[in-house]
Amino acid sequence: MKCKTCPGKAVIDMRRHNAAFCKDCFIVHAERQVERTIESDKMLSKDDRVLVAVSGGKDSLTLWEVLRRLGYHTTGFHIVLGIDHYSPQARATVEAYAKKNSLPLIVTHVKEEYDFSIPELAQYTRRVPCSACGLSKRYLMNRAALEGSFSVLATGHNLDDAAATLLGNLLHWQTPQLGRMGPALEATHPKLVKTVKPLIRLTERETLAYAMLRGIDYHDDECPNAIGATSLFYKDLLNQLEHASPGAKQSFYFGFLKKGRPAFLSAQADGVELKECEVCGQATTTETCAYCRMMDLARRTATARGR
Amino acid sequence: MKVIIRRPRREVEMPGSRRVRDLLQELKINPESVLVVRGDELLTPDELVKDEETVEVVPAISGGSDDEV
Repeated sequence: MKCKTCPGKAVIDMRRHNAAFCKDCFIVHAERQVERTIESDKMLSKDDRVLVAVSGGKDSLTLWEVLRRLGYHTTGFHIVLGIDHYSPQARATVEAYAKKNSLPLIVTHVKEEYDFSIPELAQYTRRVPCSACGLSKRYLMNRAALEGSFSVLATGHNLDDAAATLLGNLLHWQTPQLGRMGPALEATHPKLVKTVKPLIRLTERETLAYAMLRGIDYHDDECPNAIGATSLFYKDLLNQLEHASPGAKQSFYFGFLKKGRPAFLSAQADGVELKECEVCGQATTTETCAYCRMMDLARRTATARGR
Repeated sequence: MKVIIRRPRREVEMPGSRRVRDLLQELKINPESVLVVRGDELLTPDELVKDEETVEVVPAISGGSDDEV
């Protein structure tokens, strides 16, 4: 298979683009896709101080690598989740990347700073681990960005993540969430930081290829709590669709943003008034934010169990 | 040929040579969710893998914490 743009031998085929690329041309293609996404969605400027959420996996380190190469001012933010075997390796991977590239890194340890690891939070609140993890990450990322006076928070969500989340939200008709879906969310409250997803036009397979071809030493293990996660099931379904109909994921997600999301913007806005959490001061629609309620439940349950 | 599949890790011996697209089809693996690697080299679906070679099927898909995307 030949490269679409040069006489070289292709290393990756991309049926949704009816194209294949050699190593160098694919890297150029992927970085241009990210650059165009940043420009078209007005995600970042070169004056922004960008906090990049980095788990240590291929997506977040690909994001950090591309933003670094494009010349943005980035600082990494890593959350140590307290998951046996998995978290220490993830942290070491992120710290090695930051050191190798002389990039600043902020590390938050949920167990040391907030008393509970993610598995403990899940146990004491009877949430599934991915739910406790997602809520904690969203809260801690925004808080770190505010406390560090960062203007933008960037995450490594890719097209597969976006399409799977859209499918889940549609299956359950989560109308406020459907209105909030998008690659760039402006800060709508002084206690919220703008969030952007610059990898949204790359599939997960493409971010993996980029990480491998750039020689990024990413953390390859799957989180043990993610085994059997619904998001993986949705991604599998969508990839079956993609295999039968190349471009299906792209059409599904970007078609929704263009033609579907406007119908749900009012559902998002209706009756929603953001205020400051009475416990932590972060933005919330209720008196106490979801994170503080989760932490309160965890503390009460832990105390009742004699911890 | 030897095919190493990650997550969960297992090794499969397949007699003879075959193209990447054929070996994935035989193993019932969706090519949209993996990359096939020979050493440091990424392989396209038309690439021929010889009987004596080893390739690795690297999963692209990871899951986890729910999030609004």
